[in-house]
Amino acid sequence: MSDTGIGASVRRKEDLRFVQGAGKYTDDMNLVDQVHAYILRSPHAHAAVRSIDTSAARAGEGVVAVFTSEDMAEVGGIPCGWQVHSKDGSAMAEPKHPVLAEGKVRHVGDPVAVVLAESRTQARDAAESIFVDYDVLDAVVDMQAAVTDGATSVHDDVGTNVCYDWGLGDKDAVDEAFSNAHHVSRLDLVNNRLIPNAIEPRCAIGDYDQATGQFTLHTTSQNPHVIRLLMGAFVLGLPEHKLRIHAPDVGGGFGSKIFHYAEEIIVTWAAGQINRPVKWTADRSESFQSDAHGRDHVTTVELAMDADGKFLALRASTLANMGAYLSTFAPCVPTYLHGTLLAGQYSTPVIYCEVKAVFTNTVPVDAYRGAGRPEATYLLERIVQVAADDMGMDATDIRRRNFIQPSEFPYQTPVALIYDTGNYEASLDKALENSDYAGFGNRKAASKEAGKLRGIGISSYIEACGIAPSNVVGSLGARAGLYEAATVRVNPTGSVSVMTGSHSHGQGHETTFAQVVSEKLGIDFDSIDIVHGDTDRVPFGMGTYGSRSIAVGGTAIVNAIDKVVAKGKKIAAHLLETSESDIEFENGQFVVPGTDKAKAFGEIALAAYVPHHYPLEELEPGLEETAFYDPKNFTFPAGTYVCEVEVDPDTGTVEIASFHATDDFGVVINPMIVEGQVHGGLVQGIGQALLEGCNYDDTGQLLSGSYMDYTMPRATDVPSFSVDTTVTECTHNPLGVKGCGEAGAIGAPPAVINAVLNALSEVGVTNLDMPATPHRVWQAIRDAQAS
Amino acid sequence: MSVTVSMIVNGKSVSAEVDPRTLLVDFLRVDQRLTGTHVGCDTSQCGACVVHVNGKSVKSCTMLAAQADGAEVATIESLAIDGQLHPMQEAFRQNHGLQCGFCTPGMIMSALDLVNVNSNPSEREIREWLEGNLCRCTGYHNIVKSIQAGAEAMSEV
Ligand code: FES
Ligand code: FES
Repeated sequence: MSDTGIGASVRRKEDLRFVQGAGKYTDDMNLVDQVHAYILRSPHAHAAVRSIDTSAARAGEGVVAVFTSEDMAEVGGIPCGWQVHSKDGSAMAEPKHPVLAEGKVRHVGDPVAVVLAESRTQARDAAESIFVDYDVLDAVVDMQAAVTDGATSVHDDVGTNVCYDWGLGDKDAVDEAFSNAHHVSRLDLVNNRLIPNAIEPRCAIGDYDQATGQFTLHTTSQNPHVIRLLMGAFVLGLPEHKLRIHAPDVGGGFGSKIFHYAEEIIVTWAAGQINRPVKWTADRSESFQSDAHGRDHVTTVELAMDADGKFLALRASTLANMGAYLSTFAPCVPTYLHGTLLAGQYSTPVIYCEVKAVFTNTVPVDAYRGAGRPEATYLLERIVQVAADDMGMDATDIRRRNFIQPSEFPYQTPVALIYDTGNYEASLDKALENSDYAGFGNRKAASKEAGKLRGIGISSYIEACGIAPSNVVGSLGARAGLYEAATVRVNPTGSVSVMTGSHSHGQGHETTFAQVVSEKLGIDFDSIDIVHGDTDRVPFGMGTYGSRSIAVGGTAIVNAIDKVVAKGKKIAAHLLETSESDIEFENGQFVVPGTDKAKAFGEIALAAYVPHHYPLEELEPGLEETAFYDPKNFTFPAGTYVCEVEVDPDTGTVEIASFHATDDFGVVINPMIVEGQVHGGLVQGIGQALLEGCNYDDTGQLLSGSYMDYTMPRATDVPSFSVDTTVTECTHNPLGVKGCGEAGAIGAPPAVINAVLNALSEVGVTNLDMPATPHRVWQAIRDAQAS
Repeated sequence: MSVTVSMIVNGKSVSAEVDPRTLLVDFLRVDQRLTGTHVGCDTSQCGACVVHVNGKSVKSCTMLAAQADGAEVATIESLAIDGQLHPMQEAFRQNHGLQCGFCTPGMIMSALDLVNVNSNPSEREIREWLEGNLCRCTGYHNIVKSIQAGAEAMSEV
């Protein structure tokens, strides 16, 4: 292993600029002659808009223009990228998602009007003088109430609040297995609604060049080409060659910056209207009201077992909140990213999952770190623990008894996926050893001495990354392909620029991708640059989400490199006056093995661009190759997390005493970066389990609308972690990689809650929903004591 | 209406006419084009905007530019000298104390103020000091390690 190749903890290229404050985030840009946009948002969850009077605002100081939906009549609604079909074959309800409210507002924060002014404060001041005549309607907030007969409709033209009623699996076989089971464990649970909260608020700057008809949108996006496709083709009707999307340094995304948002449309369209650049930056309170939220499931799950604790069947029924409108990928999250994961690491023979997606007067809900897989893992790892308790089995024994064995791969689950490889027991064993599982009893006794309740919890998660074979997702309703693209440009003097469709917003692609190139081409790490985030510079790619960058984007790079090497061999053969089949490429040299004939990579590059001695009849000059890679399957990272907590029974406070993670991510390119991804994911998972919860009141007011009210994990809330790996290599991509971005957020919540419930079992508490805040825990203890 | 504010920013005297309600962070980011100081919230909770005012860490979103009149202000841009990273910057880089980098300038400026008052902070002391700094990416583990390493490196100089 070289010190900059695959497997090395190379220090990150991007950090040199970030630690100096020299990153270039969207809001750091200011264009000449720009105006500022302020968006007036609905203060009501549900109201008819009778009229909007903008006359005072138009006369405001510095105001350039004021727009409402009437001005945007030519502009289309915000499209949804995935169409799910219900059990009966009907397509999901897909009501229009207007850019600015058309006759009705449907959640607090729904955009109503936009003011453009010379300064941000002028725009804001003017917006305050817009008079909107609202007729406030009943708000639909609670999902159960939303699906009862006679409930108010969020969308009059849909007539019900059910977006779709979806099912997966063999229901009859499952029902049959349940009726013959020795024991059935059952659990009702809530997967709490979260607000993603990347620390960089969203920002968008629209620019229009009248002379060329060219539009540019600078935006905080994880996937600029997806935005170009959606906004160009479906909303503004702009041809792609006249629309550039640029996503420079982006300060975290976690899914929330995948989606196409109204503000991107507003600034682009408005720039064309006034022929000046238009800039909008979210206040944090706007982020809370307008970034897509995550999770929000209410679920009943049942697990049928035989007398030995062997799983016979699983049944899950879920209500999933869509919010007021369908965000870009919302429909696929509770279905194809959730139901398909319900086998987990277990050989449960039959599974049935049904999901009703529900419209409510809340912010749209979409993919947030893990997206569907945390919900699947949470319900599964919770019910497995309940089952262990019901059967009087140890948490590890019941898992071992049901794990899919290494000899069974490739393994066809009853919920559509085919796992290519894995070794679940290896991760479990390592996690138990690292966490000194066997010594828990002593630690518990010590805690008891100190008046504390100690608990231990396990979660053995699986996830599906590297989304995904285009024909498969196409058949499931995706309205796009999910390949990735890369161009490897060898420059005449031998340095390399790689243009990738993946996007880095913290993951460190500029480093890991360069490691792959350095290893494959045998060239200096510092002579490689990774270019991303600009539709004018990179080939059409699908961007970064679902932990797909290295598995899909990385493979596209490897495939492009293979083409470069193949061409290099032809050039080398010519220069070395031998046949192409005699040439091998190793350590940055084209060599004829067994001879001293060799050409360095740089010599080949120069020959390709200065083709004086070159087979011009057969070969084009230049050395630049593009590859589009469509994945053959998902990848399946998996692992076991062991969490130990100490609960103070007097205050209900939960402290994480230790957290041990063991993950199988396949081949690891940069262990330092991978560990960092796990740390970050774990804290988001622990945040969900103990601290974070988005709350609406009965009228649809967002109660957790700022950092004063929404509890973000802080440094004192979490411990340092022990992170370890096992390796089974992915069988269907050339790097053997699986992806690591979401695992922590997927695996952690059930590990924490299982630990909390393990601690509280001493005082008779048997169930608890997330977040396990001090108040909730304290109340649960009091309730258990009272009963 | 506007007011004149004058201060020393990163060792340079600067003066400007600003709207009296201009926040120090906007003065730095917009008027002075020092975009290394970031804005992550509107309630003084995230710490992305931390700079030093007269040698102490301050959330620059919580102070008017006019309040900093006459003060000495230091931002993240002042730390590296001739391309040579400050030991705390280097420690963040070596210990992977950042991912997206958005919280990082505030984290580093906070960390430096901690080291000013406590040259050898423990893990607990670091975590408590970071009470006012949010990071959504790193899970804090490597930030704590970075600050420990940075403090150590600074005491060696
Ligand atoms: S921007 Fe100053 S604390 Fe958040
Ligand atoms: S590194 Fe992204 S918020 Fe801290």
